[in-house]
Amino acid sequence: MENTISVNLKIWRQRGPKEKGQFANYHLDNVSTGSSFLEMLDMLNQRLVEQGEEPVVFDNDCREGICGMCSLYINGHPHGPVQGITTCQLHMRKFHDGDTITIEPWRSAAFPVIRDLMVDRTAFDKIQQAGGYVSFNCGGAPDANAIPISKEVADVAMDSATCIGCGACVAACKNGSAMLFVSAKVSQFALLPQGQVERKRRARAMVAKMDELGFGNCTNTGACAAECPKSIPLSNIARLNREYLNAKFHD
Amino acid sequence: MTDLSKIQGMIDSTPIMKDYADVESCNKPEYQVDSKIPEGPVAEKWTNYKAHQRLVNPANKRNLDIIVVGTGLAGASAASTLGEMGFHVLNFCIQDSPRRAHSIAAQGGINAAKNYQNDGDSVYRLFYDTVKGGDFRSREANVYRLAEVSNNIIDQCVEQGVPFAREYGGLLANRSFGGAQVSRTFYAKGQTGQQLLLGAYSSLNRQINKGTVESFTRREMLDVVIIDGRARGIIVRNLITGEIERYAAHAVVLATGGYGRAFFLSTNAMGCNGSAAVQAFRKGAYLANLCFTQIHPTCIPVHGEDQSKLTLMSESLRNDGRIWVPKKKEDAEAIRAGKLKPTDIPDEDRDFYLERRYPAFGNLCPRDIASRAAKERCDAGYGVGTGNAVYLDFKYAIQRLGEDVVRDRYGNLFDMYQMISDDNPYETPMMIFPASHYTMGGIWVDYELQTSIPGLFAIGECNFSDHGANRLGASALMQGLADGYFVLPYTMQNYLADQIKVPHFKTDAPEFDEAEKGVRARIERLMNIKGTKSPDEIHKRLGHVMWNLVGMGRTLQSLVKAVDEIEEVRKEFYSDLRVVGRADDLNTELEKALRLEDFLVIARMMAIDALNRNESCGAHFREEYQTADGEAARRDEDYMYVAAWKYTGETDKPILIKEPLKYEAIKVQTRNYKS
Repeated sequence: MENTISVNLKIWRQRGPKEKGQFANYHLDNVSTGSSFLEMLDMLNQRLVEQGEEPVVFDNDCREGICGMCSLYINGHPHGPVQGITTCQLHMRKFHDGDTITIEPWRSAAFPVIRDLMVDRTAFDKIQQAGGYVSFNCGGAPDANAIPISKEVADVAMDSATCIGCGACVAACKNGSAMLFVSAKVSQFALLPQGQVERKRRARAMVAKMDELGFGNCTNTGACAAECPKSIPLSNIARLNREYLNAKFHD
Repeated sequence: MTDLSKIQGMIDSTPIMKDYADVESCNKPEYQVDSKIPEGPVAEKWTNYKAHQRLVNPANKRNLDIIVVGTGLAGASAASTLGEMGFHVLNFCIQDSPRRAHSIAAQGGINAAKNYQNDGDSVYRLFYDTVKGGDFRSREANVYRLAEVSNNIIDQCVEQGVPFAREYGGLLANRSFGGAQVSRTFYAKGQTGQQLLLGAYSSLNRQINKGTVESFTRREMLDVVIIDGRARGIIVRNLITGEIERYAAHAVVLATGGYGRAFFLSTNAMGCNGSAAVQAFRKGAYLANLCFTQIHPTCIPVHGEDQSKLTLMSESLRNDGRIWVPKKKEDAEAIRAGKLKPTDIPDEDRDFYLERRYPAFGNLCPRDIASRAAKERCDAGYGVGTGNAVYLDFKYAIQRLGEDVVRDRYGNLFDMYQMISDDNPYETPMMIFPASHYTMGGIWVDYELQTSIPGLFAIGECNFSDHGANRLGASALMQGLADGYFVLPYTMQNYLADQIKVPHFKTDAPEFDEAEKGVRARIERLMNIKGTKSPDEIHKRLGHVMWNLVGMGRTLQSLVKAVDEIEEVRKEFYSDLRVVGRADDLNTELEKALRLEDFLVIARMMAIDALNRNESCGAHFREEYQTADGEAARRDEDYMYVAAWKYTGETDKPILIKEPLKYEAIKVQTRNYKS
């Protein structure tokens, strides 16, 4: 059955992008081990509000691991110490009574802090806008079964398409590279017949935008894939490199 | 407070309705609604409409601005398609990116009448199943159109690169959902909503890149601006800076989702809200059929008081999972006490109550029926867990198909379950219980998806139009995308055809001043209450009232009590709310307070609507109206109408407006999922 634990929280607080931040310490008792990590932060915020203090700001929405809104660098890991899940799927049963939990925002030049643990990830949208689509207008599509796609290819494309755009890969990377994020989208389209026509243009445009926005270079460390909450494999980056080289070769 | 002794034993609210609403004026000529259903047989209506509607030529489209609020399936598909057509679109969302809208969380799939499985499906059958599933409370013409365009949606999404599940031969795979005897549901693992939304988001990105769509993120709409009787703009709050901003356009589209968080705990995302609908309501748009709220049968049960949301386990699990509770009460008691495990109960002592009661559809009967059946067993003392849970068991599927096949089909859902509950569903049955999930009711719209305010449109979950009293599984994604890709882009042109000479609007009109003043006054009022309770505390209290009194089983007495208790919560809100921080700054507490203020309006309207509807139909179960074997008893002669409500004031009596429902293509009958 449910237990309760006490935890010490060390949380990064920062008023704005230009202001200096610092850690603040909080102690929380009676945290149910059945609660999610974000419910634990809700408890903290409820207490802060009761004391007339401003709550800790953090992005969150669906709380079931799919919207990509939640972030948090917990004890040195994006989305916490458990692999393959987002912060909102992390439960307090993974912590022990008396633990000290350090919570920081994503730290990357391309993701400036807005307040406390909330960062600005619009750079990701800009990369997608540069080429993450198949160009056709609504209404002009052929019958959905007109082009058979093998199950194996569809499944691999699906694995790439699973990316939730949370930014953990960038936060995990010592260079702040967005290669895993970009490669997941480029791979999805490179694998599917619908993506063939714009294959080269897409790889070129998305990589150029990524570089322009201040993301770092990939040095094949693999931290991104290890920390990805959706376990997007590193093979996507290899594919992106091939796609990009191929596109450059044709320039 | 109402004197409850006076209504004891009463089952029909007609004698007391005048205390809650103006139900007399609906016969007056000014309160007749025109649903603008085209002429002709149901199968030809949409074709006729498209053949005769007015169009806007490409050069003029550039000069027309359209605001789309929301970036879910409906909003993103509408914004991108209108942009592709050449209109100038301003698109808003409350999240940091359009890709985060809650459509992303839809798991199971999307219906379409492709008949790829050759199992007897057709546009007519999808239409029929949807009307029947909605318990004959939806508009025939709208539903037919929905079924008709469903096939185009699948074509569109495949072309976008949505990686739907496929068979080894390379063609698309299907599975079954509740309320259907065919396999017409297309899916992408348990992440169909995500893939469809990312598809719509990719089209949207293409338009943003082209400059036809301007994207405004982290903005929350706080009012709609009406100029000379037409919707011409919105007032939003910038959630990062706290600034109040104005945006003008020739037309405004709301695609803002449902109001399921009126129950506080729901499967909706934390930010889901009904505020845009309430703002439209205050400005004269009608809200319709609000009592039709879907309680989804398969959610992970509540664990405690600090819980913030509930997690859905996809309906697709009912393809292979079997739902049961112990046959013997003593077994149920022993399980609750922790003395027995579910695996200790032999098959002959398990009550597969859906298979028992509804042999023809079994575990795949519609959501409203499955939810009520679970509640019935738990209320009778057969519940497991805390008493409010039933089992969803995969033992039989694993025996029949092997663990690998089950893992391939549902692996990510099983992982999600294990993460939350700490139980392994491959070894022990899942525990599930119904929870608030979707709202069929919403903003009243005509056939063109236009509200009663000219120039204000509502699409997707936020309108009331297609699902009647109960939505079938995998139909929400279908409706959102149908509205956005294939319906609104046509009907919008019909509206804008005579607006081509209207120049771009400026935001310095007195109507904008007035609306902004109103928004500022509203915010100031909330900031200055300076009470002791956080918005979440009051919201939880509202949620308890709604779940207990306006939930799965409602009675005249519970609803009368609900109206009183909602009023109590409202008083607490305006006297004891505390919003910390400043208004002109990032302030998540203020965001919650503003949404809660609107939920209070919706909650009251849900209770009044439910009180007015003296019948049971679909998800609206008035316990007074049931058949001898516990099924919903409709009263078609008195209630075969859409109940639309007109705002008269925050606590004043709303005016009931009736839109009669006529069934010409379908013979109305009692829903039967037994044989």
